[in-house]
Amino acid sequence: MNIKAKIIDEEGLNRTITRLAHEILERNKGSKNIVLIGMRTRGEYIAQRIKSKIKEIENCEPNFGVLDVTLYRDDFRTRLKQPQVSVTNITFDINEKDVILIDDVLYTGRTVRAALDALMDLGRPSTIQLCVLVDRGHRELPIKADFVGKNIPTSIDEEVKVKLKEIDGEDAVYLIHAPIKN
Amino acid sequence: MSLSSRHLLGLYGVPKDDIQLILDTATTFREVLERPIKKVPTLQGKTIVNLFYENSTRTRISFELAQKRLSADTINFTTSTSSTKKGETFKDTVRNIEAMKVDMIVVRHQSAGVPQFLTRITKANIINAGDGLHEHPTQALLDMYSIREKFGELKGLNVCIVGDIAHSRVAMSNIFGLKTMGANVSVCGPSTMIPMGIESLGVKVINNIDKAIAENDVLNVLRIQLERDAGRRIPSTREYHNYFGITSERIEKNNKNIVILHPGPINRGVELSSEVADGPYQIILDQVTNGVAIRMAVLYLLGTMVN
Repeated sequence: MNIKAKIIDEEGLNRTITRLAHEILERNKGSKNIVLIGMRTRGEYIAQRIKSKIKEIENCEPNFGVLDVTLYRDDFRTRLKQPQVSVTNITFDINEKDVILIDDVLYTGRTVRAALDALMDLGRPSTIQLCVLVDRGHRELPIKADFVGKNIPTSIDEEVKVKLKEIDGEDAVYLIHAPIKN
Repeated sequence: MSLSSRHLLGLYGVPKDDIQLILDTATTFREVLERPIKKVPTLQGKTIVNLFYENSTRTRISFELAQKRLSADTINFTTSTSSTKKGETFKDTVRNIEAMKVDMIVVRHQSAGVPQFLTRITKANIINAGDGLHEHPTQALLDMYSIREKFGELKGLNVCIVGDIAHSRVAMSNIFGLKTMGANVSVCGPSTMIPMGIESLGVKVINNIDKAIAENDVLNVLRIQLERDAGRRIPSTREYHNYFGITSERIEKNNKNIVILHPGPINRGVELSSEVADGPYQIILDQVTNGVAIRMAVLYLLGTMVN
């Protein structure tokens, strides 16, 4: 891994998540009607942390689920490797709810497109709001996040890696040099 | 992770990792089947032909549902309404269907080896839905999935297959698959229905049904197939029931923790008493639900494979 810079450290990450939780609560006037849905893999853990923050702030826990969008991807014919599917776990009704869709990095917007299709198959939420830890630009679809932890302008041969204690053993966000192979 | 072969012809020689991948992938689709909209767009634009040269209700409907729930386009071919009646050969039929640009073929045929033959004459992915007395891999996979769902894992479990082992492709696929996954497999039935030398597959032979119930965690009970001349190997279905039929009394006497599977269609009062077929020990309808998930998993893994 060719690290260019550490953009967010452990304390910074905690502060960002606290702010995101406040913003979500402010926009939605509390936690009454919101449900949190994390996108596999890292979005799941970020969503969990936002959930515990909301609990600290409001003393009430919103419903929390995990979404796997593999089956909705648009790149089955162009990928070099078969993606592994895992299970979507949303055990509550999302009809008429304000769904907060949570992911680690927003890049081309294609994963979010897939997630929107997947959510529509589960019900008809009253709103879907997108919350990401990092927005690195380079959108290929007309998609915009409602809540952004940090905007990081990147070039196309860079990559943003979010590391989380739950799976990577540390909390940090790195900017990495990763030239595109053709 | 992807499968090591682009066809599913049988479970003989299929590596453990592949079986594990299919079973794990099926868990994903099991969740899709619980949704209000039971459909995902994954195989959009793929065309699948169901080539059924032999009667089938469950398997054909199950495959068709699996295909529709993955958004594939499907064509059903049955011999009774086709040009096979006009004398077209199997190979010509298949070549013509392939010329219409199909991606996958699901085939059932009364002759063993037809799926294997198809891999040589077409470029499509082939899935065996039962060939002669050879194999019926998706049935065995859904049986294994159902057992795993009940017990958590297959390794070390004692599974006995009961019935006409010699004329059952379900038995063959189950033996190969279960052995690969580390289960202890035995067979039970009248000696006219147990093939000579079956022990060479690493399978134990049990001649007494009470003993089979007592010694096992799972019984996979096969149908007595009268259309395959089962009548010549047993004096009567009533006698078969007296000696090998599973009844509540036998279960209660020997092993109340037993789990009963049956691939369907059931002959009530022959291999299972009606009470057992509807009772608390069986998971027959779970098998049917799981069948759709398993077939979605196989179609997904083969249909999205990168060549």
